[in-house]
Amino acid sequence: MSSTIVSLPDQSTARIPKVNFITKENGLLSWLLTSDHKRIAILYLISITFFFFIGGALAGLIRLELLTPQSDLMATDTYNKVFTMHGVIMIFLFLVPSVPATLGNFLIPIMLGAKDLALPKINLLSWYLYVVGGILVIYTMASGGVDTGWTFTTPLSTHYLNTNVLSTGVAVFIAGFSSIFTGLNFIVTIHKMRAPGMTWFRMPLFVWSHYAASILMVLGTPVLAISLVLVILERTMGIGVFDPTKGGDPLLFQHLFWFYSHPAVYIMILPGMGVVSETISTFSRKRVFGYTAVAFSSVAIAVFGFFVWAHHMFIMGISNYAMLVFSLLTMLVAVPSAIKIFNWTFTLYKGSITFETPMLYSFGFMGLFTIGGMTGVFLGASGTDIHLTETYFIVAHFHFVMVGGMLMAFLAGIHFWWPKMTGRMYPEKISQLAAVVTFIGFNLTFFPQFILGTLGMPRRYAAYPPEFQVLNVFSTAGATVLGVGYLLPVLYLTWSLKYGKIAGNNPWQATGLEWQIQSPPLTENFTTIPIMDHEAYDYEWLERQKEKEVTHVG
Amino acid sequence: MTDHHETEETQHHVTPPIVYMVIFGCLLVFTALTVAASYIEMGLWNPVVALAIGVVKATLVVLFFMGVKYSTKLTKLTVAAGLFTFLALVTMTLSDYISRAWGRW
Amino acid sequence: MSDSPAIAHSAPVEGHHEHPSYQRHHFETYEQQADTTNFAMWLFLLTEIMFFGGLFMAYLIYRNWYYPAFVAASHQLSIVWGTCNTAVLISSSFTMAMGVWCAETRRRGGLVLCLVLTFLLGLVFLGIKTIEYTEKIEKHHVPGFHYSVQAFTNPASDPDTYKEYKDKPMPLDMARHTEIYFFLYFAMTGMHALHMIIGIAILGFMIFRARAGAYTTGHVTFVENFGLYWHFVDIIWIFLFPLLYLISRHQ
Repeated sequence: MSSTIVSLPDQSTARIPKVNFITKENGLLSWLLTSDHKRIAILYLISITFFFFIGGALAGLIRLELLTPQSDLMATDTYNKVFTMHGVIMIFLFLVPSVPATLGNFLIPIMLGAKDLALPKINLLSWYLYVVGGILVIYTMASGGVDTGWTFTTPLSTHYLNTNVLSTGVAVFIAGFSSIFTGLNFIVTIHKMRAPGMTWFRMPLFVWSHYAASILMVLGTPVLAISLVLVILERTMGIGVFDPTKGGDPLLFQHLFWFYSHPAVYIMILPGMGVVSETISTFSRKRVFGYTAVAFSSVAIAVFGFFVWAHHMFIMGISNYAMLVFSLLTMLVAVPSAIKIFNWTFTLYKGSITFETPMLYSFGFMGLFTIGGMTGVFLGASGTDIHLTETYFIVAHFHFVMVGGMLMAFLAGIHFWWPKMTGRMYPEKISQLAAVVTFIGFNLTFFPQFILGTLGMPRRYAAYPPEFQVLNVFSTAGATVLGVGYLLPVLYLTWSLKYGKIAGNNPWQATGLEWQIQSPPLTENFTTIPIMDHEAYDYEWLERQKEKEVTHVG
Repeated sequence: MTDHHETEETQHHVTPPIVYMVIFGCLLVFTALTVAASYIEMGLWNPVVALAIGVVKATLVVLFFMGVKYSTKLTKLTVAAGLFTFLALVTMTLSDYISRAWGRW
Repeated sequence: MSDSPAIAHSAPVEGHHEHPSYQRHHFETYEQQADTTNFAMWLFLLTEIMFFGGLFMAYLIYRNWYYPAFVAASHQLSIVWGTCNTAVLISSSFTMAMGVWCAETRRRGGLVLCLVLTFLLGLVFLGIKTIEYTEKIEKHHVPGFHYSVQAFTNPASDPDTYKEYKDKPMPLDMARHTEIYFFLYFAMTGMHALHMIIGIAILGFMIFRARAGAYTTGHVTFVENFGLYWHFVDIIWIFLFPLLYLISRHQ
C-alpha cells in the first residue's frame, strides 16, 4: 500500500491560485444569487450533508429501538414516524440529488469543455426548490411527523392516518421538481454544449451515467408528482380516486408511485456508477474496458428501468399475468448492471492498481453493489419475493445497493474530486482508515439483516420475536461503527480546507478535461475553449502532455 | 458531426402563414367531425374514432404549429421519447388491469 | 446523434464582444443559445406529457370500470360550451403560430396583435370554463363537497339534461361512481386551466415586451418557445374534449 500515483506540486512554493471561482466574488448574496454551476454544487453539498445527518440520526434511533425485542424506546406510532422520515429524507433529500447535484453540477460542464450548464438560472432555481422541499420536511418533523412509510401506500395514507401526509406530499412534490430541472439541465448541456471535438464517445463515462439518470429524472418524476397530487386531493377533498368505497382503486396509486420510484433507484445508482468508472480507471492507470458497452449499458438500465416497477407490488393484488411479465422484465434489467461490473473488473485486470481512498471506496462499491444487485435478482423472482417481501431481506437488499453501493460511490467521488473543488488534498491515512471502518461497519450492520429477513423478521416493526435479538444487536453495533465511518470524513475534509496539502491541477495524474485546469477552477472554467483531440481515458495522451510540459518548462 | 448546412436551414425555417391557415381550417373540420361522430352509435368503435381524430388533430398541431416537421432529428427523437414513455406507462399498467379487472361492470 | 454544430473556433472567451446583447455569455453563438433553449422547452413539455399522463391513466381505468356512470355524467356537460371552447383554443393556437411568424419576420405590430388576440382568446376560454364550473357547483356535482347523485338516480329531476338525453334512472351504486367522473373532470380540466392561467400571465408579460420591440430584432426564441408551451396546452385540450364531453351523445 505504499505505492501511490499521487503527484503533488512542491509544497514549499505551491499556492492555491489567487483567482478562482471561490475568490472571484465575496459575500453571501454572491453565493445565494450565483449562476456559477460550481458554487451551486457547493451549496448543494452543504445542504445534502445537513439532511444526510438528520436522516442518519433517525437511522440511529431505529437501530437503538431494535436493540431489544420490545417496543420500549418509543411508541410504535413514533417508530413508524422515525422510519418514514428516515426514508423520505434519505431518498428524496440525499440519495437522489447526491452525486448529480454536487459532483454532476460541478463537473459536467468542465468535463464537456463548456463554461457552464446550459441553463444556469434554472440550476439555481433547482437548488432553491430543494431547500424549500427540505424546509417543509423539517416542518413536517417538527409538527408531528408522518408515519405512512416513504411509500405513502393508499388507502392508509389517504384515509386512515392523521399525520402530516399533506406537508410531506407537498415537500416531495417540490423536491421532485428540483430533480426534474437538474436532469433537464444535464440533458440539454450534454447535447448542446460539448466543446469542439468532444464527440459522444469521447465523453467520460461519468457524463454518460448522468445522461441516463437525467432521462429518468425528466420522464419519471412527473408521474410521482401527479400521484402525490392525487393523494393530496384525496385527503383534502375525498374525491374517491383511491377510495374503494367510492369505486376507486388503491392499487392505481401504487402503479403511478412505483412508475417513478423504481426508475428512482436507477436515478440514485447510475451517477454513482459514473463515479466508479472514473476512479477505477484512474487508480488502475488503464482505460475503462469496453467503453461502448458501459455507455450503452447506462442507457439500457434507464430504458429497461421503466418497465419493471410492479415488482414492488407482487403481493399487493396485481394479477398473476402482471406478476409474470414484470418478473421476467426484472431479470432483464439486471443484465446491463452486471455488464458494468464485469467491465470494471476487466479494467482492473493487468492494471497498475493503487489503493488511494477513492479506490478503496470503489472496491467497496463493486463488492457490495454486486451482493445487493444479486439479491435484487432473487427478489425479482416473484415466487421468492412473496416469501421475502416486507421482511428485513428487502431492507438489507436496498441498503446494500444504496448505502454499500451508492453512498460509497458518493464518498469515492467526493474524495476523488475534493482536490479539484477545493485545491487541497485530504489527509490520506485517516481517510483510508475511514473507508475501511465504513466497510466493516456496513457489513456488520446489514449482512445480519439478510439472515433476519429469510428467518422471517418483518420490516417496519418496532417489536419482534426474541429469537431475532442477537442478529439485531450485531446490526446495531455495526451501525455505531458505520456512524464513526461517516463522521470522520466530515471532520477531516473540513480540516483539509485550511490545512490540507496544495493539490495542484492533477494530483491523481488522471485524464479528463477537469484535470487539465487549475484547482479550484476559474469561474469560467477555461480561459480558451479546449478542442478535444483524444479519446477518453487516454493515458498515452497524458504521458505526451507531461513530456511536453517537461521540455517546455526545462 | 452535424451537417452544419442542414442545421442552419432547418433552424430558421419560417412556416408561411398559408400553412397555418390550412391547418387551422383542418382542425376546425376535425372538431366538427368528432362532435358529429359522438352522436352516431358505433359501439366499440366510438372511442376508437374519437381517439383517432384526436391523434390526427394533435399530430397536425405538433407537425405544423409546433414546427416539428421542419425541425432537427433531435427534436423528433425527443417527441418520440415522450410518447414512448407515456405509452409504456399506459400499456404496462394495463397489463395488470386487463388481466384482473377489465370492464368490471 | 448529430445535434449541436461543431463550434470550430477556440478564440479567447473574454474580450470577444461580437455577440448580440441578448446572447448569454456561456454560449458561443446565438444559434447555440436558440438551439439549446428550444431543446430545453421540449424536454419540459415531456415532463408535462408524463404529468398529465398519470391523469389519463386514471381516466382510462375508471371509464372502463364505470362506463354507464361516465356516459350519464358526461351528459351533464354542455356540448355547446365544450365545442365552443375547443374552437376558441384552436383559434388561439392559430393566432399564436401567426405571432411566431410575425416575430420571425420582424413584424412588431403584427406580433403584438397576434399576442393580444391569443391573450383574449385564452381569457374567453377561462370565462367559459368559469360558467361551466359554476353550473357544476350549483348542481352539487363537485366531488367531496355535498356531492349529489340525484340527477342520475332520478334523471327527471334535471329537466334540461333529461330533455336531450332521456337517461334512464341508474341504480345507486353505479350512480355513486359519477363522482369519480367528476373528480377526473375537475382534476384534468382544472390542471389544464392552471396551465392556461400561467400561459396567459406570461402572454401579458410578452405583450408588454413585444410592444417595446424585444422580440422583433432577431431574438425570437422566447416567443417560439412560449408558442411550443401554448400549443401543448392546446393538445391536452384536444384530448380532454372528446374524452370528457363526447363519451357518448347518442345514448
